[in-house]
Amino acid sequence: MPVERVSVTEAAAEVIDRLRSEHGELMFHLSGGCCDGSSPMCYLAGEFRLGGRDLYLGDIHGCGFYMHADQFEYYKNCHTIVDVVEGRGASFSLEIPLGVRFIIRSRIFTDEELADVRPVEAAS
Amino acid sequence: MAPIDGKYFENTSPIDASFIARIPQSNAKDIDLAVEKAWEAAATFSKTSPAERSMLMFRIADRMEENIEKLAMAETCDNGKGMRETLGADLPLVIDQFRYFGGCVRTEAGSVTNIDADTVSMEVHEPLGVVAQIIPWNFPLLMAAWKIAPALVTGNCIVMKPAEQTPASLLVLMEVIGDLLPPGVLNVVNGFGAECGKPLASHPDVKKVAFTGETSTGRLIMQYAAENIIPVTTELGGKSPNIFFESVMDEDDEFLDKAIEGLVLFALNQGQVCTCPSRALIQESIYDKFMEKCLARIEAITMGDPYELTTMMGAQASNDQHAKIMSYIDIGKQEGAELLTGGEVYENAQYPNGYYIQPTVFKGNNKMRIFQEEIFGPVLAVTTFKDEDEALEIANDTQFGLGSGVWSRDMHQVHKMSSGIQAGRVWVNCYHVYPAGASFGGYKNSGIGRENHAMMLNGYRHTKNVLISYNKNKLGFF
Repeated sequence: MPVERVSVTEAAAEVIDRLRSEHGELMFHLSGGCCDGSSPMCYLAGEFRLGGRDLYLGDIHGCGFYMHADQFEYYKNCHTIVDVVEGRGASFSLEIPLGVRFIIRSRIFTDEELADVRPVEAAS
Repeated sequence: MAPIDGKYFENTSPIDASFIARIPQSNAKDIDLAVEKAWEAAATFSKTSPAERSMLMFRIADRMEENIEKLAMAETCDNGKGMRETLGADLPLVIDQFRYFGGCVRTEAGSVTNIDADTVSMEVHEPLGVVAQIIPWNFPLLMAAWKIAPALVTGNCIVMKPAEQTPASLLVLMEVIGDLLPPGVLNVVNGFGAECGKPLASHPDVKKVAFTGETSTGRLIMQYAAENIIPVTTELGGKSPNIFFESVMDEDDEFLDKAIEGLVLFALNQGQVCTCPSRALIQESIYDKFMEKCLARIEAITMGDPYELTTMMGAQASNDQHAKIMSYIDIGKQEGAELLTGGEVYENAQYPNGYYIQPTVFKGNNKMRIFQEEIFGPVLAVTTFKDEDEALEIANDTQFGLGSGVWSRDMHQVHKMSSGIQAGRVWVNCYHVYPAGASFGGYKNSGIGRENHAMMLNGYRHTKNVLISYNKNKLGFF
């Protein structure tokens, strides 16, 4: 089994379950830039149109996790953990009405992990 | 107006996490109603003369000026930034935005061309109708003003959605200026992005969407706009380089003092600025001496009560923003960047429940995540360069291109840098100055379109060409 690039905390998995039962299948896209940038956005699966430069990094709790190739350049050496905190982000991410916000925590891969890390795939 | 489904959410102040107000949690039904009312108003408002709309801008500006302290306090309470900034920068810029566009629209002259002896071509401008505007939480009133003034002065009606973290100050502004506007011309709808922002951005009767925020939502908004075939402007942030050449240290004078402040401006608005000069590039020959002076200035930043005019840095705008910034400080440490100052939560004795972070400086290299991603907090990433070419290479090695700064006493050097930097704004020997008459917008992933400057008038208008023939003879084809 290769080392996964993304994972999810138990608290975030519980929020995903709640959103999935309310809305249906979900996807995550990591945003960049201003304001709520660098936060994972949770959408209905298929709501966000993935492009030729988006990459698939793996699944978290049954949801595809994607990011743009420009951003991945700076994430390729990091394990990305999707967590959740109380708060009120802006954006169209589905968890915001619940009064919580998904956030990213990161850990730098060790050299051993990097040698066996899951390869990224084109998203579309 | 009450939201149709009667739901509200609680808005709190980041200063101390205390309750401010219940805010309508509007949804698609409220958006439909607002768009409908805006179109009803547009029937009359789109026919008003430039002189009438100009006067409306001046009246709004005067009314805001009369209420500047109230508005500044509302902004500080809602967003957490210090009154030092809301009174000294945000509100004066808001007011000036309306005066600038009120002036612009009166000085315009149209374009008429004699195509030939019997044919005249007229370029006529018409408002788009009803436009959607979605604004961020870092400068709630100023970002509202940047979008409202050019849209109204060109005869459009607006449906605006403020950010869910900072919904209150705009509602205070609407109470202050509401009676000056005809009903339905400017509609503010509060709510959450998925429930209220999406129905607005994808509404089939909206003729333009203007958005400031991050890249995923920016892409979604462009996706919806593609479905409705309407224009968008998107301002999506940056990771702006601020470049200091060795000549700044040639003299120990006012300019050196200004350049030091120029570096410390990363802390303005707690770093929550799309153009935050969050990457400082310092020529290696002056690094030690210059950085010593800058660190002394950073360590002199006073924190405490944002309502006190002596307090230089206030609270981060929300709990989740606070958590995100702290996670980046953690990443910086893990990546091996050298922490020069700060790096911790600021414990505010007066407001222990508020969201405060110390001004933080890391030294590292441009490939690190803290150099490449917009942290949107008081976190500066510093590196050095040898010469102009290396400075340009580092400055442009980013996915964004919004702001940038060049500090030098050598005008030839300044010209080389300002032509070489790929960004929509190059500040030369200054930073964080936002005159209404200077265009603002991004290269690369920083977005599409511009704000400010008279050119914005055409961002909110159709151009109609009326081609008149005074020749009585037919073309001769049929």
